[in-house]
Amino acid sequence: MQHMRLKQLRLWCLLPLFILTLMLTACGQHVGEKDVMQTERETNEITWGVKGDMRLFGLTDIETGEIRGFEVDIAKAVSKEIFGKNVKVNFVPVNSNTRLPLLKNGNVDALIATMSITADRKKEIDFSDVYFNAGQAIMVKKGSKIKSVKDLTSGTKVIGIQGSNSVLNIKKYAPKSEVLQLSDAAQAFAALKSGQGDAMTTDNGILYGLTSDDPSYHVVGGSFTTEPYGIGVNKGQKKFLTAINKALKKIEKNGEYQKLVDKWFSQISGFDGSVVK
Amino acid sequence: MISILVGHWSELIEGMKYTIASSLLALVGSLILGVIFAMFVISPNKSLNVIGKIYVEIFRNIPLLVIAMFFYIVMPRIFPGLDGFKAGTIGLTIYTSAFIAETVRAGIESVPVGQMEAARSNGMAYLQAMRYIVLPQAIKIVVPSLGNQFVNLVKNSSVLAFLAGFDLMYQGNLIASTTFKTTDTYLAVGLLYLVMTMPLSYFMRYLEKRWSKTPTV
Repeated sequence: MQHMRLKQLRLWCLLPLFILTLMLTACGQHVGEKDVMQTERETNEITWGVKGDMRLFGLTDIETGEIRGFEVDIAKAVSKEIFGKNVKVNFVPVNSNTRLPLLKNGNVDALIATMSITADRKKEIDFSDVYFNAGQAIMVKKGSKIKSVKDLTSGTKVIGIQGSNSVLNIKKYAPKSEVLQLSDAAQAFAALKSGQGDAMTTDNGILYGLTSDDPSYHVVGGSFTTEPYGIGVNKGQKKFLTAINKALKKIEKNGEYQKLVDKWFSQISGFDGSVVK
Repeated sequence: MISILVGHWSELIEGMKYTIASSLLALVGSLILGVIFAMFVISPNKSLNVIGKIYVEIFRNIPLLVIAMFFYIVMPRIFPGLDGFKAGTIGLTIYTSAFIAETVRAGIESVPVGQMEAARSNGMAYLQAMRYIVLPQAIKIVVPSLGNQFVNLVKNSSVLAFLAGFDLMYQGNLIASTTFKTTDTYLAVGLLYLVMTMPLSYFMRYLEKRWSKTPTV
């Protein structure tokens, strides 16, 4: 009996130690200080965090395992402008929950992942110039009574994506509607299809991608916010950021940007041309 | 971590309510289903036997997330109104019941055959002998492993987070994604799960001790 009690006591002493260790490990990581420009030049390799499940922006091809999309192409073009034609460009799929930690821990050098520039995010990371002027909209099944965000009254359910700015916005624009947050666009769309909600909301670029996949759904009511997408880099990487902005300007001037826009968005019916620069 | 606990206390408590509600429902449901299917598995009736074995093998060997997703995405087409909380709780109940069935089956089989034989020769029907003689002994034997299943169940209820089921993990995800304090948030969430599972572990251990003092055989 005495022995048992001693053992239990020892276990209880270990608990605070365990928690303390967790806290300490959480404080140790500051990768932001390494100069990305220099390490990239040395290794001739750059790693981008991109979406892996967003049609048109970054979608993993099931057969080849390659991620393809508008953002992936922009990332390739920018990398080549900065580091030359032979640079090796790696892509890591991220989602709205993992993208910031992955950047901050140094797993990726930069993020181009349908991420809108917000004041809150600016406190954590730095953003490049805008490369895509998205706006938030809602998507419903064709024939639905909901024609715009104003029709999302009490008793309606709207599906959003966890960790995205759009769920914070929808609470402002449709405060009476219940918001269900799912972990990514594919799951949110699946939930909408199975009737878990009346509408789905996120940036229009993403919604267009989904409607191109299933034409029985459409975007209604136009966009009610502006969500400018920017490339995210760690704070303290000023040189890298300047190089990215310069590269973005260059591909815009030499027509490569427009070519990529046409490649990915020219087929989309009802595509709002004002979203591109 | 403290700032997350203080600043988002109401969301975390809201999440805990859903986690506890789902866990309690699934706990009762999976215990009932588990005992029923355990009896199917050991039943002398061939067809019940097969049904029980198929049920246990299927649901024990499919990831909980897949079962829950099935009830969230596919089943609403037949049963509208199956929201994230209900779908998750049903998935959790079925998944856990398969493990409980296995545990209870082992418990029933460890009760000496003589118990059943004696009960039958005293004129009890098979089900009566099961209900009054064998099951009470079996449950006591399996209390420790049932305790494990229950603790696992509470932790597994975090599957609701993927179905917008408003549980503790769901609220944690939302807090982490709006505050960007990922580490602190998940530490706080982990601590709150401990607050729920530790008393459960101790209660099961208490039951174990208490029941071991009253010999049944």
